Amino acid sequence: MIVANRKSLEEILTMLKPYKKVLLLGCNECVTVCAVGGEREVGVLASELRLARAKEGEEIEVREQTLERQCDHEYIDQVRPFVGDYEVILSMACGAGVQYVAEKYRSKVVLPAVNTTFLGVTLEQGVWLERCQGCGECVLHMTGGICPVARCAKSLLNGPCGGSSNGKCEVDKELDCGWQLIIDRLKELDQLDRYEEIIPVKDWTPARDGGPRKRIREDLRL
Amino acid sequence: MRLSYPTNVKIVKVPCTGRVDILLILRAFESGVDGVYLAGCLEGECHFLRGNLRAKKRVQYVKGLLEEVGLGSGRLEMYNMSSAQGQRFAEVAREMTEKIRVLGPSPVKRRGDRSKVKG
Repeated sequence: MIVANRKSLEEILTMLKPYKKVLLLGCNECVTVCAVGGEREVGVLASELRLARAKEGEEIEVREQTLERQCDHEYIDQVRPFVGDYEVILSMACGAGVQYVAEKYRSKVVLPAVNTTFLGVTLEQGVWLERCQGCGECVLHMTGGICPVARCAKSLLNGPCGGSSNGKCEVDKELDCGWQLIIDRLKELDQLDRYEEIIPVKDWTPARDGGPRKRIREDLRL
Repeated sequence: MRLSYPTNVKIVKVPCTGRVDILLILRAFESGVDGVYLAGCLEGECHFLRGNLRAKKRVQYVKGLLEEVGLGSGRLEMYNMSSAQGQRFAEVAREMTEKIRVLGPSPVKRRGDRSKVKG
């Protein structure tokens, strides 16, 4: 899922300085899984905002609402009946959600409460790790299911660099060398011959490097 | 044992401190309480195995939130005691009351105004 980090309370309070009536929108998908913007976290942030303002002797009204997703029209539409009552929308969704809400409610200021970071997986409750960079041209079949783009700090495509030491990356001693992981895995799968197959220079145009992307399925369009 | 403890301590009974959610603690402070403490089983002796350890982590987390908000982490504490330790219960009640008395009333306290607490 998309993993994000909550912005600091200080930063959020600064963004909310001019406002007294806030619609706080959570999202029931990715940000719920990584415990940063789901119903619980909406409750906690709303509480923090009220406490912080009350401490200064100031008022704030926070409406807590968690939508199923903020990346689909139908769900964002659900706040239409009452969105006019609020001065600002503070969204805890990923960047995609925040932007979609802003696109829908053009006359409203929409603020981000989280910093969207990576596409990742849950290692254990409370720990999330990056696994995919959305490069648009998956090579996982050639590397035993481990991504050289996301898991190698330099996104090398044909083996480790000189900085790989004892299976760790020179960038961070806690970070596994992506290519060490790939080689180990290819050995396990008895596919070490794949290591000898050269992956050619990557065409980055299907990645973000080629500009904002779009995907269309004509057969689904009404 | 009929030991007395300060009257300003309001007890909320839970089956295990692991039941205490961070939102419960935050909402308590929102409603104007001056301090909150959790009294859980002795570590290693949680009736539900690890509930008191979860509570300990949550208390640490909320202490951080309270610092951010400006209320200060001193208003929230975790204590451990066995249910047989009546003396300790009273002692902790007195200790926490004194601690909060020194810190003073909560800056978010509003006299008689509970209308802002959202359920």
